[in-house]
Amino acid sequence: MPIFTVEVIIENKKMARDPEGETIARELVSRGGFSEVKSIRAGKYLRLHVQATDSEEAERIVNKMSNTLRLFNPVVHNCTIRVRGETE
Amino acid sequence: MKTAVVRFPGSNCDLDVFHVLKDVLKLEADLVWHRDFAGEEYDSVVLPGGFSYGDYLRAGTIAAHSPAMEQVRVMAKEGKPVIGICNGFQILIESGLLPGALLRNECLAFVCKWVKVRVETSDTVFTRAIQKGAVLDMPIAHAEGRYVNDPEGLKELDENGQVVFRYVNNQSVPSEDSNPNGSMDCVAGICNEDRNVVGLMPHPERASEPILSPFSNSDGLRILAALRG
Repeated sequence: MPIFTVEVIIENKKMARDPEGETIARELVSRGGFSEVKSIRAGKYLRLHVQATDSEEAERIVNKMSNTLRLFNPVVHNCTIRVRGETE
Repeated sequence: MKTAVVRFPGSNCDLDVFHVLKDVLKLEADLVWHRDFAGEEYDSVVLPGGFSYGDYLRAGTIAAHSPAMEQVRVMAKEGKPVIGICNGFQILIESGLLPGALLRNECLAFVCKWVKVRVETSDTVFTRAIQKGAVLDMPIAHAEGRYVNDPEGLKELDENGQVVFRYVNNQSVPSEDSNPNGSMDCVAGICNEDRNVVGLMPHPERASEPILSPFSNSDGLRILAALRG
């Protein structure tokens, strides 16, 4: 069975301030002269290798896992799942 | 009343809590490794502070899935007193026993200092001997203590009287300058709907003997004394 690379990105919802992202934007990027960058949100990134019959199943497995194990706190986080294709 | 202090990999306030229960309150208490914890042997449970599982992914998330938390869930349902202090509060939140979220402090810093918290309700297992409005001196020591909930969740907590502690200033008023971590509504501790599960960021075990307090009081003991039953 093929193995897929799946990315899980967890970030704060808009209502929950993200002091880490704000600080990177203000103290590093803006001061560093990149005024084109208007905002930054920091988050958590996980890269998984998932065995599945196809990419839909890989996404389904990771989606179920993220919800069952509360990889994110639904009150304050958005969770994005992206299948990047088969792992070489 | 027999109390369990549950230790997870990375717990580091377990011995402090145990000392207060055994030596100050003279209670029957055990330090229990999380894999060995059997809830039916105990009348109450303390989840101590620390950095369970290195705070990986998010403070409290991994410990929340320990088999010990299944036991704690049963105890909570049976109405037994459950208290989570600091990382223990984070574990209670992540296990869904208490609502909301505890996020990175707004100021980014790890904040370690004495704070004043106001008791917002006497109607919990842990505050029934403390008058509503009383102000307690206790220290905090955390990086992820900013209480966040959505507007509906926050309103519900308020209406149900589930906010147990708020950070206050010297005038006993919740204010921006008294709020050490950016918590919504200055929330320092909450309880569940059945009022037997309480989580708080301040450390009552570090404020349970006058010699340890810059104010020479033992305010934290007033909370832990509830474990006498």
